[in-house]
Amino acid sequence: MVEFTLPRNSRVTGGKTHAAPAGATKVRNFKVYRWNPDKGENPSLDTYEVDLDTCGPMVLDALIKIKDEIDPTLTFRRSCREGVCGSCAMNIDGANTLACTKFIDEVSGDIKVYPLPHMAVVKDLVPDLTQAYAQYTSIEPWLKATTPAPETERLQSQEEREKLDGLWECILCFSCSTSCPSYWWNGDRFLGPAILLQTYRWIVDSRDEATGERLDALEDPFRMFKCHTIMNCTQTCPKSLNPAKAIGELKKLLVLRTV
Amino acid sequence: MSVQNRPLSPHLQVWRPQMTMVLSFGHRATGVALAAGTFLLIYWLVAAASGAEAFETARGLIGSWFGRLFLFGWSLALFYHLCNGIRHLFWDAGIGYELPDANRSGLAVLAGTAILTLATWIAGYAARGAF
Repeated sequence: MVEFTLPRNSRVTGGKTHAAPAGATKVRNFKVYRWNPDKGENPSLDTYEVDLDTCGPMVLDALIKIKDEIDPTLTFRRSCREGVCGSCAMNIDGANTLACTKFIDEVSGDIKVYPLPHMAVVKDLVPDLTQAYAQYTSIEPWLKATTPAPETERLQSQEEREKLDGLWECILCFSCSTSCPSYWWNGDRFLGPAILLQTYRWIVDSRDEATGERLDALEDPFRMFKCHTIMNCTQTCPKSLNPAKAIGELKKLLVLRTV
Repeated sequence: MSVQNRPLSPHLQVWRPQMTMVLSFGHRATGVALAAGTFLLIYWLVAAASGAEAFETARGLIGSWFGRLFLFGWSLALFYHLCNGIRHLFWDAGIGYELPDANRSGLAVLAGTAILTLATWIAGYAARGAF
């Protein structure tokens, strides 16, 4: 259901300020969403004054600096620090992206950092992705073929392989799904752009032989057709992929197989 | 640790609006507005069927400055929904998903809405000999 406001327990109230050390010359304010499951209080927005003269260029660098030097209780996911693992996806400056590939300089004014939108928060910037992963499982994201396996690998022509470009690069960071108002308000039944892009990735794969059953699974008022081409997914994808287009292709395939 | 009490992370409250999103919300809003406006059409038809007196009342109401403002909004909603609906038809045909195209087609929808709405009202007033 559409709910424009946050539930009572989720409203962001107050927050502490951690002042920059004396003598800091290039200070930027990082306003970071905090929620501690052990306290039973509402989320807050803490301000960290970070001296950028002693900080790396990325938002993730600042978060790690905050955790190392200012406030070790700050909790977030991170791993590869180079945009291939998808762990540090979060809402920065009003859009979802990867903290590790987002330059601090790209943001003007205070740098506001929230968890991925409209998700249950485990702690601070860590959202609960259980349902998103369950939805990923539901599309059976693996090669399905009934023809006997050949002696060597299943071959593709260069043209067939090119159809996977713009799809295989997805790192499942869920920036797109959690940017989508349809997913915000119908995420229990709508698969969301990340999972639908993955669905298309298997359907368009020349080696996969389950196109029919994969399309059957999308014949539902919600799973795919809750996409209304709002295009937040494509606007926000930190890998510059186009989930909206992939969903458009899926919609076309569903129509074309009936005519 | 309480799983039940987990807060919902902010969404609309923290999202920086982009044109594609605002136009999409506009499509939904104008759709609702058009449906609501239909009640005025029903009222007008019922008034016409009820007799001369009721029809005159309806005419007066719709012809008042408030009525005309409402009609202007309704026509704006109609042309916006029409233009953006055509944009959706292109998307359904698989055309216009690249971001520059989607932004350009959005601007075209806004321009088309303005032109069609103004042209309609200018034509309407001209037909009544207002100029």
